[in-house]
Amino acid sequence: MNVTFILLTLLIGAILTFVAGKKMALNVAVLTSLVALGLTAFNICEFQNGIDVSFQTQWMTKPNIWISLKADGLSLLMVTLTTFLTPLILLTAVGKDYKNPHKLFALVLFMAFAMTGTFLAEDGFVYYIFWELALIPIFFIALLWGSDTWEIRKAAIIKFFIYTFAGSLFMLIAFLYLYQKSGSFLLPNLAQISLTADEQTWIFLAFFLAYAIKLPIFPFHTWQANTYEKSPAIGTMLLSGIMLKMGVYSILRWQLPLTPQVDERVLNTVLVLCIIGIIYASLIALRETNLKRLLAYSSMAHVGLIAAGAYTFTQDGMQGAVVQMLAHGIVIVALFFLVEIIYKRYRTYEIKDLGGIRAHAIKFTSFFLIFLFASIGLPGTFSFIGEFTLLYSLSQIGWIYAILGGSTIIFGAYYMLKMFEDAILGKTNVKTFADLNSIEFLVLFVLAVAVIFFGIYPKPITDLLFFSI
Amino acid sequence: MDTNILLFALIIPLIGFLINFLFGKKLGKSLSGIIGTTTIVISFIISVCLFLHIKETGEAIRIHLFEWFSLKNFKIDFAFYFDQLTALWLLFVTGIGSLIHLYSTSYMKEDENFHKFFAYLNLFIFFMMVLVSGSNLLMMFIGWEGVGLCSYLLIGFWHQNREYNNASKKAFIMNRVGDLGFLVGTFIIIYIFGTIDFVELREQTVMGITASSFAVLLSFATLALFIGATGKSAQLPLYTWLPDAMAGPTPVSALIHAATMVTAGIFMITRLNFLFDLTPDVQNIIAIIGGITAFMAASIGLMQNDIKKVLAYSTVSQLGLMFMAIGFAAYEIAVFHVITHAFFKACLFLGSGSVIHAIHGEQDMRHMGGLKKYMKITYATFLVSTLAISGIPPLSGFFSKDEILMTAFHNNIPLYIIGSLASIMTAFYMFRLLYLTFFNKFRGTKEQEAHLHESPASMTIPLIVLAILAAVGGLISLPGHSWLNEYLAPVIVNNAASHPHHLGTTEYILMGIAVIGALIGIGLAYNKYIKNQEIPVNDNQVRGIQKVLANKYYLDEIYMAIIVQPLNMLGGFFKNVIELLISGIVLFFAKFASEVSYQGKKLQNGNIGLYLFAFVFGVCTMIYYLFIAR
Repeated sequence: MNVTFILLTLLIGAILTFVAGKKMALNVAVLTSLVALGLTAFNICEFQNGIDVSFQTQWMTKPNIWISLKADGLSLLMVTLTTFLTPLILLTAVGKDYKNPHKLFALVLFMAFAMTGTFLAEDGFVYYIFWELALIPIFFIALLWGSDTWEIRKAAIIKFFIYTFAGSLFMLIAFLYLYQKSGSFLLPNLAQISLTADEQTWIFLAFFLAYAIKLPIFPFHTWQANTYEKSPAIGTMLLSGIMLKMGVYSILRWQLPLTPQVDERVLNTVLVLCIIGIIYASLIALRETNLKRLLAYSSMAHVGLIAAGAYTFTQDGMQGAVVQMLAHGIVIVALFFLVEIIYKRYRTYEIKDLGGIRAHAIKFTSFFLIFLFASIGLPGTFSFIGEFTLLYSLSQIGWIYAILGGSTIIFGAYYMLKMFEDAILGKTNVKTFADLNSIEFLVLFVLAVAVIFFGIYPKPITDLLFFSI
Repeated sequence: MDTNILLFALIIPLIGFLINFLFGKKLGKSLSGIIGTTTIVISFIISVCLFLHIKETGEAIRIHLFEWFSLKNFKIDFAFYFDQLTALWLLFVTGIGSLIHLYSTSYMKEDENFHKFFAYLNLFIFFMMVLVSGSNLLMMFIGWEGVGLCSYLLIGFWHQNREYNNASKKAFIMNRVGDLGFLVGTFIIIYIFGTIDFVELREQTVMGITASSFAVLLSFATLALFIGATGKSAQLPLYTWLPDAMAGPTPVSALIHAATMVTAGIFMITRLNFLFDLTPDVQNIIAIIGGITAFMAASIGLMQNDIKKVLAYSTVSQLGLMFMAIGFAAYEIAVFHVITHAFFKACLFLGSGSVIHAIHGEQDMRHMGGLKKYMKITYATFLVSTLAISGIPPLSGFFSKDEILMTAFHNNIPLYIIGSLASIMTAFYMFRLLYLTFFNKFRGTKEQEAHLHESPASMTIPLIVLAILAAVGGLISLPGHSWLNEYLAPVIVNNAASHPHHLGTTEYILMGIAVIGALIGIGLAYNKYIKNQEIPVNDNQVRGIQKVLANKYYLDEIYMAIIVQPLNMLGGFFKNVIELLISGIVLFFAKFASEVSYQGKKLQNGNIGLYLFAFVFGVCTMIYYLFIAR
């Protein structure tokens, strides 16, 4: 048993879902994603028992490409995030009439497949293929099932596609350059090449462009809010919950290990960009009137902190980045789902049209509060561990970074509570708001348990991580 | 002492929270109230046992549960630590907590979200217990932020009212400003000591390993922690949330915003007294901030007409006095005042709740008056507590406040004067409150007058208990022979070096001055509100300095103008201008690329000769690269 089974399950699941037809599609998709989750759990157990669950075989000799799926703590955690969130994201679609559901859910599973591949691939070329492959399903999901008129939506989604695709091309160039030096795409081989500091800086920058757009880091973010807004909820969750993490993961797995001697000034500039992004996005979130766009900017602020931690290039910063990435993945999916629940009832994302929901729906509001406070890093939630570690790592680089980055705990509370007050609290709304149904409750409950459990006992995750960092 | 019992004391309020939160509606109000109250009473009983145990053995108890998380150079334990200080705080948190839970069973009877109220109150007690029994700074931070969460939930308990929601939001955000200070302070402490465990920190400081080489950095650490304390304990410049927090139900004001949560800052600094002792500059700042806050808040209190607002400013002012004591390294005196203040201020708030209850939600003292004859018990307990806070001997407030002023006298005369003036003002506005509320004729509507009544026993019993405590609480630390001082000796490292407790002529003279000052304040109030029967004028008739006071020195307006609005404007600017600008630049690159491709397209013009040339050139390059260059 090794990690290929997870990949194959997702791929076959995608095909089966497509074949299953409109009625059965969701059941098949959920089932296969649960199987993938089970397989992931099994692989982690084996891994923890000291069994190597990696997989390696040569794909072609000229050029020298390997299908090498490396399972270590970091990649397994990322795969877990993917296979944990995928069934839940699929379940959020219950009761919602998507047209051509079999195509949609097949695309979702295909995307999970591509993202899992990205997290596992150890060969740069294969990694690159998976990286770009993940873009295709989300492109169609957003384009075909999104909101707003076709013209406006098309403009936003194509912008997103070209933007991220263009950024990735620089990464490809960097890989080709490295290949030409070492004759292999395999990460261990690439890491052994001795590059001059200048070369490293250029490679760093080429990777950076790809990741800065994916994350996104200020000022490469302009695709994000529009794409999140226009995508269907399921797509937004995939984008913000998992796909965005491909960027952070890649920084930790590829960019930093390959360029350990990158110019200090470049690294500092990047760090400053990340921190500008935190404050910039927070202030925009303060003024955002659309729930989805607000969460998009909040996500950007959080990711700014995560990236800043990663770019401190310290063990603590990287550990914090991983922890916060997982926490953020869970919390942001929950928040987008809550927003989707509002949309299902009221057909709007505009805060000014909401309010007074608290009086109708106590369960809904309770979950909203849990994830709101998780998102602003209340101690006892998983996000706190991440946020604390990240800010601590920043403080080791410079106090001013920690204080400026730490402003997120103030701004975050400000825009989230403001949104909560305007959208949920207030005079009882004239329109009734049906409280959570059982599937909605289940999804949110599972996510809430994860957020609180790992907030108090994060050891399973950090232990797993220590195998790799 | 069995550690499981201690853990049980910690966890049972949490269980109460879960029961009431999940099933409260089904249980019905009486059962929900019983569960909510019993859980806290159980915690209280165990706290008493703990207190007796620690008093007997003098040894702290540490409970290590598991390793919470670890970083490269250190790890953080999920552990609890019970020493003298913790036991003391647990005692009055759960003790007053029990009384206020009991009181709330009547006070909140009409509320449809009764069970939610008890759930949140229980959760608050849980977090407060975590705050005081955490074994390191981050464990304390769980409680620290947790009580902030409960405060947020309870201030905005009546969530349909926009103003209340704003108040709760403001409280949480301003606390977060302080929390950033707390975190930064924690980071610096990790940097200096490599640990945040209280016991280890203490050992390191006592041994003096790191003291001198990090003097400046340590000052920043204690300053940052103090900023954290100004948030939670409502000191300048972050106090403005506390008066607004009175939007919450009155038992909440009594428990959270007077007796317990707001003392967290004092607790934290006392817990880390050995660090603050190493940074005298910061101690000076603390004393000065405390003194100014005490004075400012007292002066605002002179002009408030909302009964709860007066008490709120009074709380801020009293907390200022406690910080002044802390600034003089007189930790045990600050703790003493924390305790006496908890008694009389909880009693005053509950008394005001009883009054508000009787006149159906009216809080403006201009519409009260003459309640003495309708509400005898409320009046009597209120009178005792008012005398106590005004510093009339032999009630508890006299002793604790007097010790603070004495310490100030020995350390810093200007602060002594400021503190004394604040005390005189306190006596004035408290008796103003008492006279306007309970004396003369009733000024409300006829309908209200017909319904005036004394509150039920479940509300008056807590009042009586608290009034007794407010009267005799001073016994725990009599001048000359302080039990509290001895009890806290193991906690406070540089104990009593700077402030001896013997009584000399100076001390008696100071006491005399303090009492005369209080009597002057009371006399002025008597003259104005009993003899001349004055009633405060309408808000729009207030002029001059009085107007500045009535408007709280315009501090809210100033913060709005220089911080909140600029941030919002900047956000708007980013959203509406910068975002478009960046989009435009990105689009420019895209246009540029498409222009290049358009030009490239011109090459495909059907000219066979050009194609042939490109083909040959390409083949030659490939041949060169593959064979010759190798």
